[in-house]
Amino acid sequence: MRIVCPLCGERDSREFSYKGAALALAYPSEEAGFEAWDDYLHNRDNPAGPTRELWYHGSGCTSWLVVTRNTTTHEILSVELAEDAPESRQEASA
Amino acid sequence: MRIDGNGLINRAKPVSFQFDGTTYQGFEGDTLASALLANGVKLVARSFKYHRPRGILTAGSEEPNALVTVGHGGSQDPNVRATTQEIYDGMDARSQNRWPSLAHDVLAVNDLGAPFLGAGFYYKTFMWPKAFWEKLYEPIIRRAAGLGAISGEPITDKYERAYAHCDVLVVGSGPAGLMAALTAGEAGADVIIAEEDSLLGGRLLSEAGEIDGMPARDWANEVAIRLNAMSNVRVMARTSVTGAYDGGTYGALERVGHHCEMRDGLPKECFWRITAKRTVLAAGALERPVAFQNNDRPGIMMASAVRAYVNRWSVAPGKSVAVFGNNDSAHDTAADLLAAGVHVCALIDSRPDATTTLDVPFYAGAQVSGSEGRKELEAISISRASGTDKVQTDCLAMSGGWNPTLHLACHMSGRPDWDESIAAFVPKPGMVPGLIAAGACNGVFSTAACLGEGAGAAVVALEAIGLQADMPKMPVAEDRDYSISPLWAVAGKGRAWLDFQNDVTVKDVKQAAVENFRSVEHMKRYTTQGMATDQGKNYNVQALAVLADATGRGIPETGTTTYRPPFTPVAIAAMAAGAEDKGFAPERFTTSHRLAVKAGAPMIEAGLWYRPSYFPVKGETHWRQSCDREVGYVRNAVGIADVSTLGKIDIKGPDAAAFLDFLYTNMFSSLKVGRVRYGLMLREDGHVMDDGTTARMADDHFVMTTTTAAAGQVMQHMELVSQGMRRGMDVRFTSVTEHWAQFAVAGPKARELLNGLLDAPIDGESWPFMACGDMSIGGVNGRLFRISFSGEHAYEVAVPARYGESLFAELRSRAEALGGGLYGMEALNVLRIEKGFITHAEIDGRATAFDIGMQGMMSKKKDFYGKGAAARPGLLEDDREQLVGLKPTGVVKQLTAGAHLYRDGAEPVRVNDQGYLTSVAFSPTLGTYLGLGFLRGGRARHGETVKMVDHLRGIETTCEVCHPVFLDPNGEKARD
Repeated sequence: MRIVCPLCGERDSREFSYKGAALALAYPSEEAGFEAWDDYLHNRDNPAGPTRELWYHGSGCTSWLVVTRNTTTHEILSVELAEDAPESRQEASA
Repeated sequence: MRIDGNGLINRAKPVSFQFDGTTYQGFEGDTLASALLANGVKLVARSFKYHRPRGILTAGSEEPNALVTVGHGGSQDPNVRATTQEIYDGMDARSQNRWPSLAHDVLAVNDLGAPFLGAGFYYKTFMWPKAFWEKLYEPIIRRAAGLGAISGEPITDKYERAYAHCDVLVVGSGPAGLMAALTAGEAGADVIIAEEDSLLGGRLLSEAGEIDGMPARDWANEVAIRLNAMSNVRVMARTSVTGAYDGGTYGALERVGHHCEMRDGLPKECFWRITAKRTVLAAGALERPVAFQNNDRPGIMMASAVRAYVNRWSVAPGKSVAVFGNNDSAHDTAADLLAAGVHVCALIDSRPDATTTLDVPFYAGAQVSGSEGRKELEAISISRASGTDKVQTDCLAMSGGWNPTLHLACHMSGRPDWDESIAAFVPKPGMVPGLIAAGACNGVFSTAACLGEGAGAAVVALEAIGLQADMPKMPVAEDRDYSISPLWAVAGKGRAWLDFQNDVTVKDVKQAAVENFRSVEHMKRYTTQGMATDQGKNYNVQALAVLADATGRGIPETGTTTYRPPFTPVAIAAMAAGAEDKGFAPERFTTSHRLAVKAGAPMIEAGLWYRPSYFPVKGETHWRQSCDREVGYVRNAVGIADVSTLGKIDIKGPDAAAFLDFLYTNMFSSLKVGRVRYGLMLREDGHVMDDGTTARMADDHFVMTTTTAAAGQVMQHMELVSQGMRRGMDVRFTSVTEHWAQFAVAGPKARELLNGLLDAPIDGESWPFMACGDMSIGGVNGRLFRISFSGEHAYEVAVPARYGESLFAELRSRAEALGGGLYGMEALNVLRIEKGFITHAEIDGRATAFDIGMQGMMSKKKDFYGKGAAARPGLLEDDREQLVGLKPTGVVKQLTAGAHLYRDGAEPVRVNDQGYLTSVAFSPTLGTYLGLGFLRGGRARHGETVKMVDHLRGIETTCEVCHPVFLDPNGEKARD
């Protein structure tokens, strides 16, 4: 698999490590309550299709990236820097 | 036997090789298969299950029968296909799966038991008793059924891995591949053309046709010369593309040293990872056999292979050859045999309306229904409506039609289409993004059409990557239609082979259908059809056609099994090249490494780092003696340890303090400049991630330390928080772990030692406990931290790494002059256990701040990472397993890490489990074993006696639960 890092260009997937759904960016506040925290920590969609996920370019520029990937074809539809990606859960899952 | 003719062999260069101990001669350009056939050797192998005599079936990498072992000892390669192995002087090849010899194989008795050994026999027979399977049945079956074996000796050959990138990857070099590479090369693209054969040309090398008025093989040679001359084209012969992966990535195996004697420095194989913007798949097609009774005898071969041996290697595989087919290409084989002067005793075509102009006995509408002979073919039966004829022959060339070699196109889960007109599966466009199939692998069989498809695919590929491309002038070539009438299995009694390598017959597939293994995937696994090293390349389509017939479905509805990489077998040694031993893993050495090794310290790995366990002195025979002595240095005088491996992160910026407030559970914005604070970090789920000290060097400048093991994880975590969750913060940080050499100077005489060394002496007032700041030693600027991981009056002194070794030597000699010395990891561990300081043995990912008694460090005044999750129900309950200290009180005075805890008197079983020990040490200071561990509700149970049971080591004792800080509970020594 190849990922186009917005800073470094197209690189082999072994330069990157995977964290999980990009929903991790939608970090709740301390008062968000049990339900919100449970949702944040545990509830993930498992789509057959496009999904947004966090990858770390550890062997490159150390950027965190939001990669939109199709789980059925492994096609990478878009890559953006995490610092430019939407933070809220609603936006992030859209 | 060898015949006259202009085969692609160098008759001026004879080559001498051995097969099963006999020396034979061949020529340069021969494969082992062509050389054996030239010497009249027909029996080359025994089959997997029935030990049937087997000969050479094909002339390519799809060969199921002719597997041999080449080489010896650490250079021994089993299951080498004789059809792809080029001969070289001194080569030693041996047949497999036979005892005592190929001609007299005792286990051939299995063939007599065949009526009982059909599909599912093992599953049904070796059921009881259950325990016998692993110990008795399986080892016996494995010995009886088998292929070649590895020597068991360490590998002595060199293997390599390599990487390549290109605009256009062309897989295969037949007419389609050559035209594709030529078109792309002339357009200026970076091209790689990979060909598994030693020469470019594909089928053109084995057929007698013409291109542009010259023999096709000469045309191929001319194109190969042109490609080799282009600087933007890389020609990779002897290279099989084995798999298609995401993002235009392909695996390829280059056989670098199989065709010659191994010499120093030459790798045997190189596994390539090729990344291509576009790929033209021009892998050709594979001919399939016909299933009829005893169709596996030596001498029965694929028609295309017979043609290849005659045309390419000038070898006649028999004296009197019969040709049997259901399509036009069988006729071409007969014509080429006649042209080469080989006697053709029969041409049998299953199509009733077939005609021929060849001067041979011709049987239209007939089928070969059986064969005779044992170790080689002697006769065949030809059946037609009027009756059955028996014809004497020593070689039968059979053709059941052609299957496009579409495997790579299906490697990403794509399913091919069934094309009725050629009775074969063809790839669908787009099955692998960026891959275009062209020529025979796309179901197009005439030479002219293949040339056209190759050029056309290249033009499409070039346009997709933005290069100007025009269709080249097309060479003139044969352009006949291909006609076939499907024939999968000839009706009749007896065993008709489908899978030659795994000994699967038509009857086995029908049996699978009867037993309701109707799905092609189930049939495959029940019968083992297509599961051998050849993966059924020749005959999978037949098998599923037989299954389709047996289950009353069509072939498209029955479908194919899943195509998976690798296309041809790849040695693990090739894929793992460079990973043996330490492989590419870096070794991290501290600046004191050389001196530690010189001092005789055994070094242990800590992540990628190497750290000294202990520093033995003369007379010590056990590590405990050294460790106890080194603990004494720190408790009574002064000890020196290298602590540079701890992660060091330099953090700067106006928001540095606020950033740390969010990372750590406790407050850092309130930390004064010139002071150090211990901090605790949580994961998002509220469990402890790491701990360490952070020093404030200036208002906007902190230096964080992490544990050795978690340095990378913490850095990655900080990047995520800074880039993802706290984006607006004006803070920058970088790892400086390698930049500083840092040494612990610990013990009551620590300050005395330092004051002999520092340019400006210190005292308790200028450097109180947890103070930090700049200092200099002999004019070298560094940093001094008054922190302690031993509980003693202690410092950590840091200098730029280039001064590390000399400072270490200086610290050592000064410590020794004061009655102290070096201490290693063992003593460091004892010192911290005596003080109840935690490591990742305690914060193992399951512990919360509450569990380790640090709930007070979770600030109520601010938000911090993991705070919301740490407050979840279940993480703060009193009956959670909490950190405690443990001392042995029973007869056995030993504690072991990993042992479990039970109430005294309770049965030591899982349901009664109360906790476990995480760290233990013998404390020379207190004269007893000490343990740290987690105990259910442990903080309220100090003073209680519990039972420790180590089920693995068989150790049981009782211990007293106590506070985890065993020594100096108020921390007075460190503040002294």
